[in-house]
Amino acid sequence: MKRERLGGPVDPSKLRVRELNAHQLLRGSELEGPNRPAHLEGEELERYVEERVLTTTLDSAVAWARSNSFFPLAFGLACCAMEQFHAAGPRMDIARFGYEAFRASPRQADLIILAGRVSIKMAPIIRRLYDQMLEPKWAISMGACCSSMGVFNNYALVPADKFMPIDVHVPGCPPRPEALMHGVLKLRDLVQDNPDSGWRERYGAVGTEERP
Amino acid sequence: MSPAGLSDYRRREQSVTLSQLDEPLETGEHETSQELLTLNFGPHHPATHGVLRLLVTLESEIVRDIKPVIGYVHTGIEKTAEDKAYWKVIPVIERMDYLAYYFNAMAYCSAVETLVEVEVPARGQYLRVIHLELNRIASHLIWLGTSALDLGAVSIFLYCLREREMILDLFEMSSGARMHTRYFQVGGVIEDIPAGFEGKLREFLKVMPKRADEYSAILNSNEIVLQRLRGVCPLDAESLLGLGVTGPLLRAAGNPWDLRKAAPYSSYGDFDFKIPIGTVGDNYDRYAVRLAEIYESVKIIEQALDGLPEGPHITADRKVALPPRHELATSMEALIHHFKLVTEGFRVPPGEVYFPIESPRGELGCFVRSDGSSKPARVHMRDPSFVNLQAASHMVKGSYIADMIATVAMLDPILGGIDR
Repeated sequence: MKRERLGGPVDPSKLRVRELNAHQLLRGSELEGPNRPAHLEGEELERYVEERVLTTTLDSAVAWARSNSFFPLAFGLACCAMEQFHAAGPRMDIARFGYEAFRASPRQADLIILAGRVSIKMAPIIRRLYDQMLEPKWAISMGACCSSMGVFNNYALVPADKFMPIDVHVPGCPPRPEALMHGVLKLRDLVQDNPDSGWRERYGAVGTEERP
Repeated sequence: MSPAGLSDYRRREQSVTLSQLDEPLETGEHETSQELLTLNFGPHHPATHGVLRLLVTLESEIVRDIKPVIGYVHTGIEKTAEDKAYWKVIPVIERMDYLAYYFNAMAYCSAVETLVEVEVPARGQYLRVIHLELNRIASHLIWLGTSALDLGAVSIFLYCLREREMILDLFEMSSGARMHTRYFQVGGVIEDIPAGFEGKLREFLKVMPKRADEYSAILNSNEIVLQRLRGVCPLDAESLLGLGVTGPLLRAAGNPWDLRKAAPYSSYGDFDFKIPIGTVGDNYDRYAVRLAEIYESVKIIEQALDGLPEGPHITADRKVALPPRHELATSMEALIHHFKLVTEGFRVPPGEVYFPIESPRGELGCFVRSDGSSKPARVHMRDPSFVNLQAASHMVKGSYIADMIATVAMLDPILGGIDR
């Protein structure tokens, strides 16, 4: 069986012309003849530039970079921390999105994931950790306990919103790793869409800074 | 720490730089190294396995004393349990020791079953054993992964999580949830295992021993891991018993105490398995015992699956267990039972009971006292992590601060269980 290209045999001379065309374009010189590319002017030129050149502000470029490389704090409180492990584990693989650099020190982290139940004894420590993180910083409350005390509606626990600003709440008891990833990606959208200078402005708390 | 238990490397290191610390130092230029330093370790620290806080008294690099400070995840679970009907307590009880949720539920359900004198059918008992042992493997996998992480071996963590995902998939198949499944009920288990569960479980049982071989191949040939585990922080069985320590820590010191053999519950007597024990009771033995337990758990699950009896998975006593869904449409009696159970719960005759089981960390006992109402008067858990933690200071006194990290990792404390 004879093998042929789709659309019949190709005229080698036409191929040659196309090759030459590309060559000339690269060199910058113009090609003579009927295959000469049209000069772009006015509206067409603008559309051409619009399609090929991206302009942006520095703010949104920085926000884009930040939102795709959170450094989460390596911090687990209770059950949800196990599912947080699994989000970093081989199946969910948080590294696909660029969030795998878990930091042991709050000074190096810009995202705190409160994975578990916050007791009243633990709350001031979490607040201190959050205060030790450098701006810009974000917080995710993972699981029902941390958002609303969950199944334990008793004297011992406190919802995280009572003592620090939370950007994203992830529901579940505990949330699956997929749910946590969904929350982190929601935070990514939030950071990309609203680049700003800090949580105090986000939550109308300007003027509440601690004075030395 | 006895010099006989030291590895060559440690003995050499001590002889070179720190030998003078064993005897009182002479006054002069070395005086400063005798000063004691109190170091706050935790509650936020990647090596504390939760929110444990240790107040460490150091003399240069040697740990002289540690004081654990607990209560940072105190959740008031025991108090909450007093406010709920017996069967609604199960979800909160499960969240105590969050790596061994089936064990928490097992201890509590068995205690209540003893009080109301309900017999669990054989199939229910076997299904419980399958899930308990799967949970034991899952718990040991997290322990192995995080402990290896503390010792500097990062990749083993990912391998362990890979196998743990298989177990969590099985849990999801049988109950619909990965963690805190509420699968165990008073009187049996909530549902029979679905079609396809057995095949997936057999697949896992085939894979798991090979993977455990891989872990030991990675870790046992790693010089750093061996140096940090062998001969480090041993404690003999007698002092461990004096401190109330149970579980793999006690077995590592050579005492084959395991409640599955000593006081079999849930038809553990039907299965043929061994209890791995260590010899010296150092960190390496603690590691080796837990790793060997993974193989034994696989064996138990295999036997339970092969001998899984036919029959009901939950007791037919409608006063305690919910009637099946399909009966509600046809039977008025079932509807009444359902209504009574869901609104009030079942009443338990007055009395008190203590039911111990062997959790991945040791003896997990549940004490329940009933005053005759539908809510427990008192629920108390004897959590093994809490008791085992008091052995920590006895283990680490006189060792290096780096060995303290390894010892806390090998202790495997779960703060949710300690603080409750």
